[in-house]
Amino acid sequence: MTPVSTHPASPTVGLFVTCLVDLFRPSVGFASVALLEAAGCRIVVPPAQTCCGQPAYNAGASETAAELARNVIVSFENCDYVVAPSGSCAAMIRLHYPRLFRDDPQMKFRADAVSRKCWELVSFLVDEMHFEGLLNDFDGDVTYHDGCSGLRELGIRDQPRDLMGKIAGLDLRELSAPDVCCGFGGAFCVKYPQISQAMADNKIDDITATGADTVLAGDLGCLMQIAGRLQRRGSPVRVRHIAEVLAGMTDHPAIGETKES
Amino acid sequence: MRSTSDRFPENAARALGDPTLRAALSRLQQDTRVGRPAILDRLPEFNAIRDAASDIRTHGLDHLDVHLEIFERNVQENGGHVHWCRTGDDACAAIHEICRARGAKLIVKGKSMVSEEIALNDYLLAQDLEVVETDLGEYILQLRGETPSHVVMPAIHLTQDGVSQTFRDHHDDLDAGRDLDEARNLTDEARDKLRGKFLAADIGITGANFLVAETGTAVIVTNEGNGDLTQTLPPVHIVLASIEKIIPTITDALSLIRVLARSATGQEITCYTTFATGPRRDGDLDGPEEFHVVLLDNGRADLLGGEFRDILRCIRCGACQSVCPVYGAIGGHAYGWVYGGPIGAVLTPAFIGLEGARDLPEASSLCGACADVCPVKIPIPDLLRRWRRRSHGQKLSPPRARWGLALWAWFASRPELYRPAARIAMAILHWAGGRQGRLHRLPFARGWTVSRDFPAPEGGTFMDQWRAK
Ligand code: SF4
Repeated sequence: MTPVSTHPASPTVGLFVTCLVDLFRPSVGFASVALLEAAGCRIVVPPAQTCCGQPAYNAGASETAAELARNVIVSFENCDYVVAPSGSCAAMIRLHYPRLFRDDPQMKFRADAVSRKCWELVSFLVDEMHFEGLLNDFDGDVTYHDGCSGLRELGIRDQPRDLMGKIAGLDLRELSAPDVCCGFGGAFCVKYPQISQAMADNKIDDITATGADTVLAGDLGCLMQIAGRLQRRGSPVRVRHIAEVLAGMTDHPAIGETKES
Repeated sequence: MRSTSDRFPENAARALGDPTLRAALSRLQQDTRVGRPAILDRLPEFNAIRDAASDIRTHGLDHLDVHLEIFERNVQENGGHVHWCRTGDDACAAIHEICRARGAKLIVKGKSMVSEEIALNDYLLAQDLEVVETDLGEYILQLRGETPSHVVMPAIHLTQDGVSQTFRDHHDDLDAGRDLDEARNLTDEARDKLRGKFLAADIGITGANFLVAETGTAVIVTNEGNGDLTQTLPPVHIVLASIEKIIPTITDALSLIRVLARSATGQEITCYTTFATGPRRDGDLDGPEEFHVVLLDNGRADLLGGEFRDILRCIRCGACQSVCPVYGAIGGHAYGWVYGGPIGAVLTPAFIGLEGARDLPEASSLCGACADVCPVKIPIPDLLRRWRRRSHGQKLSPPRARWGLALWAWFASRPELYRPAARIAMAILHWAGGRQGRLHRLPFARGWTVSRDFPAPEGGTFMDQWRAK
C-alpha cells in the first residue's frame, strides 16, 4: 500500500474500487479518488482487492462469498475507512460480511471491524467528511436513480442530492419513482432477462418523461443496465456515475459511448 | 392447489406478453406509489405501531403452543368446536364431515387463502356440494375458473371489461342487452345473485385474519360485508385458519388491524371488522347455531423450528406484492401457486418443495422494497437468500450458472491471475465495442444482450492504471 497523497491529520481511506468500476469504468475510480482527496483523505488502493463477493452471496454460495470477503477484510483492515463508489458493494461489506462469519468468532471480529468503517462514497463524503463539493459546474438537466442497496440498506437518499445541489448549472429533475428497482439485481438481469427488461423499461420511461439529458446513479451495475436498455431503445440520454459529475470529470464519453459515437 | 411453479419462466413470459394484465398491474403499482405515502403521512407513529405489530407476532409464535391451547379452551367454553388438522386433506375431510352431519347442500364462503392452499372447493364439489364464493373478486374468479392473483385483491389481474364479459357469459338468465359499463351495475348484479345463496346456505365458511387466544375469537376484516353475511346467516359457521394466525389478546388484534388495512389497501380501516366468538347465545339476535374452527398446520409447525420462521409472522396484507417490481411485471399467477410475489417466493418452496419452485426465490432483484413495506418487518430478501443457499447446496441451479460463478470466484480469489486475465478480457471487449462503445451481441452473454446493449469497458483496468501512475 503506497500512499499517493498525504494530508496531515487526514484519515487513510482504502478505496475499494469494486470489480465493475475496475474493469468497466476506471474513470469512476479516479473521480472517487479526486473527491476523497478534495475532502481531505489520504488514499490507498490495496492491490489484492478484486470483488466483494456479492454475486456469490446472492447466489447462495456463502462459502465462496466468505472466501472473497476474507480477502477484502485482510486487505483493508489497516485503513481508517473503506470507501466504495457503490451502495451495493458497501452494503455487502457493512451489513452482510459479519453474517458470513457467524460461526467463526475470530473472523467475525475482524469482519465487524471492517464493516463498521465501510462507507459508500457519496454518503461518506457528506456524512463523515462534511464535504461541501468542488464548486464545479455541469451544464445539463440531470435525473437521479436511487440504487436499491444504497437506499434501503444504507439510507442514502439526501446525500447525493445535497452534493448535486451544489453544482452550478445542474438542474435536477426527479424521477416520478426514483426508488423503484431498475431491474439489474446482479445475476437476476441475465437469469430472467425479460422480467429485468420490463423493469428497465419502466425506469426508462420514467427517465425519458423527466426530459433530462443525463441520468446519474451511484452504482455501476444499475448504470450499465440503464445505459444498455436506453441505448438499445435508441435513446440519446447519457448515463454517468454520480462521482464523475461531482468530480467535474465529464469530458470523457458517457457509459456505452465513445468520442466518435 | 396444483402448482405450475416449476414452469415459472414460461409463466412469466406469457404474463409479460399479456397487455391487459400489464395494464392492470401498472395501475396497481401506480395506486400503491401514491396511496402509501399518503396513508403514512396521516399516521406519523406508523413505524412505532409496526414495531409493536412485529413484536406481537413474534411473541405469538414464541408461545404458539400455549396460545393455541388457550384458544381451544375458550372456543369450547363459548360452545364451539375446534378441529386440529395436520394436512390439507385432514382439513377438507373435517369440513366435509361437518357438512355431512348437517346434511348440508349449499355452502357459502368468504375469502380464504388457506382454502385455496388446500383446494377446498375442488374437494367439496367432488362430494356433490355446491360452494359459492361471496367475496366479489373471488366470485368473479370462481365463474372464470381462476385463482386469486393477489392476497387481498384476488381479481386485480382483471379489468372491468373482463368482468362485464364474464358476467354476460355466466349470468345468461339475465337480459343480454343490460348495461354493464358501470362498476356499480356489476356489483349490484353480483349482489342480486348472491343474496339468495346467503339465505339458502346450510354452511358458511370464512377464513380468519387473526385468532384471539384470550377470547376464542376469529377476526376477519373485509370491505364488502360478505364475510358478515357468510358467518351470521347460515346455521353453521366454519372458520378455516392456519395455526400461526394466533395472537394472544384482543388488544393485540387492535394493534395489528391498525397496520393491516393501511398496508393492504391504504385504508385506515376496512369497512367491516368482525369478531366471531362462538355460536349464537340465548338472547342473541343472530348468529350461527354451530361454530367450528378448523385449525390447519399444513407445514407451519415445521417452519416454526427452522430458518424460515420469520415468514410465519406474515399477516397476508399483500403490501409486498403490491410494491414488488417483479410482481408488478408478471402478476401473481406466474408464480404458479397460491401465493405470488415476495411472500409467495418464500412460502411456495416451503409448501410444495424447493425442487418444484426453485425459480421463485431466484426471480428477485433483492431490491428490498418488500421488506421496507412489510408491516411485521419480515426480512424477505434474507429469506430468499436462504432458499438460494439451499438450492446451491442441493445443486438445483443450472450447471452453467454454478460453473460460471465458480470460475469467476476462482479468479477473483487469486488476484495475481485475476489481474492479467481481466486485462486481456477487457482489452478484447473494449476493442469489440469499437467506435460505438457498446456491443449488440456478445457470446456467452445472450441473457444480457437479448434486451440491452452491452457497454464496452473504457479500456485499461483501474488497478493497472493506478499502479502505473
Ligand atoms: S410478508 Fe409482510 S408485506 Fe407481505 S403479505 Fe406478509 S405481512 Fe404483508
